[in-house]
Amino acid sequence: MTDYKTPLAKVRGLGSAKDGTHHWFTHRITALANIPLVIFFVVSFVGNAGKGHDEWVAWLKQPLVSVLMILFVANFTHHMRLGLQVLIEDYVHTPGTKMFSLIMVNFACILIAAISIFSVLRIAFGG
Amino acid sequence: MAEFSLPANSKVGKGKSVKADGATNTKNFSVYRWNPDDGENPRMDTFEVDMDNCGPMVLDALIKIKNEMDSTVTFRRSCREGVCGSCAMNIDGKNGLACTTAIEDVKGDVSITPLPHMEVVKDLVPNMSNFYAQYASIKPWMRTQSPTPEEERLQSPEDRKKLDGLYECILCACCSTSCPSYWWNGDKYLGPAILLQAYRWLIDSRDETTGERLDELEDPFRLYRCHTIMNCSNACPKGLNPAKAIAETKKMMVERKY
Repeated sequence: MTDYKTPLAKVRGLGSAKDGTHHWFTHRITALANIPLVIFFVVSFVGNAGKGHDEWVAWLKQPLVSVLMILFVANFTHHMRLGLQVLIEDYVHTPGTKMFSLIMVNFACILIAAISIFSVLRIAFGG
Repeated sequence: MAEFSLPANSKVGKGKSVKADGATNTKNFSVYRWNPDDGENPRMDTFEVDMDNCGPMVLDALIKIKNEMDSTVTFRRSCREGVCGSCAMNIDGKNGLACTTAIEDVKGDVSITPLPHMEVVKDLVPNMSNFYAQYASIKPWMRTQSPTPEEERLQSPEDRKKLDGLYECILCACCSTSCPSYWWNGDKYLGPAILLQAYRWLIDSRDETTGERLDELEDPFRLYRCHTIMNCSNACPKGLNPAKAIAETKKMMVERKY
């Protein structure tokens, strides 16, 4: 089929989505919050390296550590979700595959967050 | 998916080699050739150019090749002084203007190909229709609602200064075609050149449609495909900074939203 659409009609397409700033700005803010949270995560895990199961559990049970771990997981997966979405929009152009990938990435990130936060809470409040 | 390898009919082969008879001081120019009419794959022809009888710029060599060695070599050129933007091409792996790129600045053979990731019309001539349509889409003219003044529209020297580094853009497309985001999403992403032009109107104190302009740009693809790769600022033959113009536009977006 010959495409008689003018270049301008193609460029204008479906118009502006009037959206994007929130995604972009949130990605930056979560990146900022990730700086102290990732430092906490890495320093703690390096510091606890070699310790036994009981010591790890006791460490994670401390209220401050539990809260920081939940913040780390929530912020990290949020940041990851936003970043992976941009990645898919950049490189995946087949319409069906693109939407499927976007949905799967969102599901996966939320699942990782839910499992991780549940695990921290279980240790924090468990026996 | 993004394509990382060329389709079979776009694979570039080795072309002919033309010698400069009797010349002692020579330089090889490897030029991308593709003719839409012969059904052949693209090829790289090599021209040995007599540097004792050639001007200093890459464009001088191309004109010499066309005049004396192969009249079918096709490229755009006009002003030969970096003002018109016609002779934008990829020279030695970097986008630039053939007329302002000195031959002596290229070590070894000079490889010349069309602007990257553009549809080729013939040889070094890319199809610029999409690029120009994108430019038209941002309405690159002053839009006002207030009654037209009797005399000129006034602008303070400070406000005029804000246009420096923007008005000089010649729309050669060196920046946009050096941008990976523009390669993968050039149909929807406006690219650095057009976004720099958009910003030129966003910060013009005389324009009365700043909000509408931001509305039109606020889009995950039109503006936010820019990932600050900075190839644009590196490529610009006029020394402009499209990446900064885009960053300033994003700041305006944030400013009005939060």
